[in-house]
Amino acid sequence: MSDALSLHLGKPWKKPPFIKRAWLRWLIAVGAIVYLVLGIASVEVNWHRVYEGLDRGAAFIASFLTPDFLTRATDIREGITESIVMTVASSVVGILISIPIGLGAARNIAPLPVYMICRGIIALSRSLQEIIVAILLVAIFGFGPLAGFLTLSFATIGFLSKLLAENIESMDRSQAEAIRATGSSWPQWINYGVQPQVMPRLIGLSIYRVDINFRESAILGLVGAGGIGATLNTAFDRYEFDTAAAILIIIIAIVMALEYVSGIIRARVQ
Amino acid sequence: MLSLEKLTKTYRTGDQALKAVDLEIPEGQVVALIGPSGAGKSTLIRCINRLVEPTSGKVWLGDIEISSLGATALRQQRRRMGMIFQEYALVERLTVMENVLSGRLGYVGFWKSFLRRYPQSDIDEAFRLLDRVGLLEMADKRADELSGGQRQRVGICRALIQNPALLLVDEPTASLDPKTSRQIMRLICELCAERGLAAIINIHDVALAQMFVQRVIGLQFGEIKFDGPPDGLVPEVLTQIYGEEDWQATIRKVEEEEEAVE
Repeated sequence: MSDALSLHLGKPWKKPPFIKRAWLRWLIAVGAIVYLVLGIASVEVNWHRVYEGLDRGAAFIASFLTPDFLTRATDIREGITESIVMTVASSVVGILISIPIGLGAARNIAPLPVYMICRGIIALSRSLQEIIVAILLVAIFGFGPLAGFLTLSFATIGFLSKLLAENIESMDRSQAEAIRATGSSWPQWINYGVQPQVMPRLIGLSIYRVDINFRESAILGLVGAGGIGATLNTAFDRYEFDTAAAILIIIIAIVMALEYVSGIIRARVQ
Repeated sequence: MLSLEKLTKTYRTGDQALKAVDLEIPEGQVVALIGPSGAGKSTLIRCINRLVEPTSGKVWLGDIEISSLGATALRQQRRRMGMIFQEYALVERLTVMENVLSGRLGYVGFWKSFLRRYPQSDIDEAFRLLDRVGLLEMADKRADELSGGQRQRVGICRALIQNPALLLVDEPTASLDPKTSRQIMRLICELCAERGLAAIINIHDVALAQMFVQRVIGLQFGEIKFDGPPDGLVPEVLTQIYGEEDWQATIRKVEEEEEAVE
């Protein structure tokens, strides 16, 4: 038996710690706990205000039991229609623009300058949160669904292009290589070697994005960019909690229906 | 028909995969390329159709110099070089027929290929090839529904429908069982003989190579260490290519297997 082996025999074995230096390990753990305690202590809570708010909260929850779909039926219908139009239009436009940008942002198929430009567009789109873009666009185009539509299209590009590009980058190289070896042109190569590999993911992501766009369209109304959010905001402002409850119920129902449909479609395209 | 002149490939990492390889392959000859992993076998065949760009040296296919062609001319020449891959490299989510027809991509325009409207002659040829390899009834199955041996036969059809003058074959049997491996090698060699195709076959299985080819080339660290008939692979030669081992077993295996076949 070698000396190196006899050192180990009969002794327990433990997985080596992630941070090797024991003092550093303890310092980080204790520091994290102290910071957490201080952080929680620094949140000021006005208990009196919370107590008063409970009543309003209770009224709100109670009104959920008696949602009022009828009093503001026209407003609700218009708001929902506007949201759906915004969702569909922005998803279609956003997806169509995302595909070429996604191709350009995949390092394994795009030349470096194209890659840089496309990644730049994605970074810009992702760094600006929807609400901020919406405020900016409302300032430019005025109140209404046009600002909302442009906001959602812009956000779709950042989301879908990035995930599509990452999917292309992780595709099976040999399948694409085999198509290239046949003497195919670049568009043929994309159509035969790349598209079949990324199609299920592209469809799944697109449906997911439709779902997100609908939910976002409900928020954008709060900053004046059209859709059901505007109706919802007005209902809250007038303390019409029963109408607000009705709107929320409709939003939840539509999101759940979309979720159900997307599940079916994603299972089909595997 | 194919000739390589001082073909050299140095990867960006500094690894020299090929060191001034000279090679001449006449019309209709089937050549096995053997050598340890990392010897440059895959790089060699990929430098011929320029899926990998050679660093220097020349590749001649007939009287055309492949190594200096522009993008369009290169695509036209790639049609003359069918390639068969390790692990088949079929596009898994396309049908068998689409995979076979993709071999015609170099001949048809984008919209025809996009709409899958291939000329009738291509469709007929695809069916003829599928029938030849015994997969006619699989035409409309998706490629990922097939077994390994079936997939490789589709890969062979895809290469042959290009109507190539040369086949580049990269480890065709690497993930197949011994019997299927032999069937695939036999099929490739029969088809080459039928059509008078030259072929370069990268292969790990020395015994299998010896059974089917007319000429063996041994590659080691990017240099040709052996070039001769299959029965020239004596233990000394294998030691030179792969390093020290008991080669008697490998060579005897061939004879025993041949007896077993008969």
